[in-house]
Amino acid sequence: MLLDAEFLSITLVLVYVGAVMVLFLFVVMMLDVSVDAIRVGFWKHFPLAATLGAVVSLELAGVLMGGFRIGVARPMALPEGLPTPQGIESLGNLSNTKALGILLYSNYLFPVEIAAVILLVAIVAAIALTLRSRKDSKYQDPGEQIKVKASDRLKIVKMAAVIDEPSLPVQAGVAEGGAVAEKPKS
Amino acid sequence: MNVTLAHYLTLGSMLFALSIVGIFLNRKNLIVILMAIELELLSVNMNFVAFSHYLGDMQGQLFVFFILTVAAAESAIGLAILVLLFRNRSNISIDALNTLKG
Repeated sequence: MLLDAEFLSITLVLVYVGAVMVLFLFVVMMLDVSVDAIRVGFWKHFPLAATLGAVVSLELAGVLMGGFRIGVARPMALPEGLPTPQGIESLGNLSNTKALGILLYSNYLFPVEIAAVILLVAIVAAIALTLRSRKDSKYQDPGEQIKVKASDRLKIVKMAAVIDEPSLPVQAGVAEGGAVAEKPKS
Repeated sequence: MNVTLAHYLTLGSMLFALSIVGIFLNRKNLIVILMAIELELLSVNMNFVAFSHYLGDMQGQLFVFFILTVAAAESAIGLAILVLLFRNRSNISIDALNTLKG
């Protein structure tokens, strides 16, 4: 907000509060971590962590001090070798959101698409890692349905002709010929 | 009090050092380590926005978007791996992860 980056500040707050924090909360809720187990190794790792933190802080402080000693000599002017800042001349009096959008969808279209692909990969990976298929669910397998042949369903059995007892002389000739037995679902 | 570039850079470096300490201090819980990594990315973002303002260049703010995308993807995949790990091991302590063979 202070840096005239209104859209970015709102976006960061929305993304971190709305997405990342909710995600972390869900995981913490699902995993029921015991608090006592966290406290165990605290003092064991404290010297290493303190040393490393001190080293990193000193390095960063040294870089900052060194940088500003140079910066005093040339106070916040653009370095000579860098190209001129993009979009300042044409986008100078637009709002922050509009300028960002114009730059994002004109000069930076390809990185935006790469970012979209990265998000898609993240979605697919997260779902593929955590998805469990139920064992007792009923579903159709279209491959199996297409692959089926007539001999899987219908079995033709050759058998000898069966001649009925000639109890009634009228129906004596009905059962003549080879009988075909149909057997559903072998 | 006038807020200059040095204040933003100092805040960013403080956040970065804090997250480094957080990673090394907490060897027990994977969630806290993931949060510390997010904090590192946020401190880098803060540097980007500060320089973007003070150099009058929009590219820094654009880069923050891409860092944000990568951070969101990273946390999503990390938490998915965490859920999977909890399902297999029923704890998420790092000390229990010393077996390479599944």
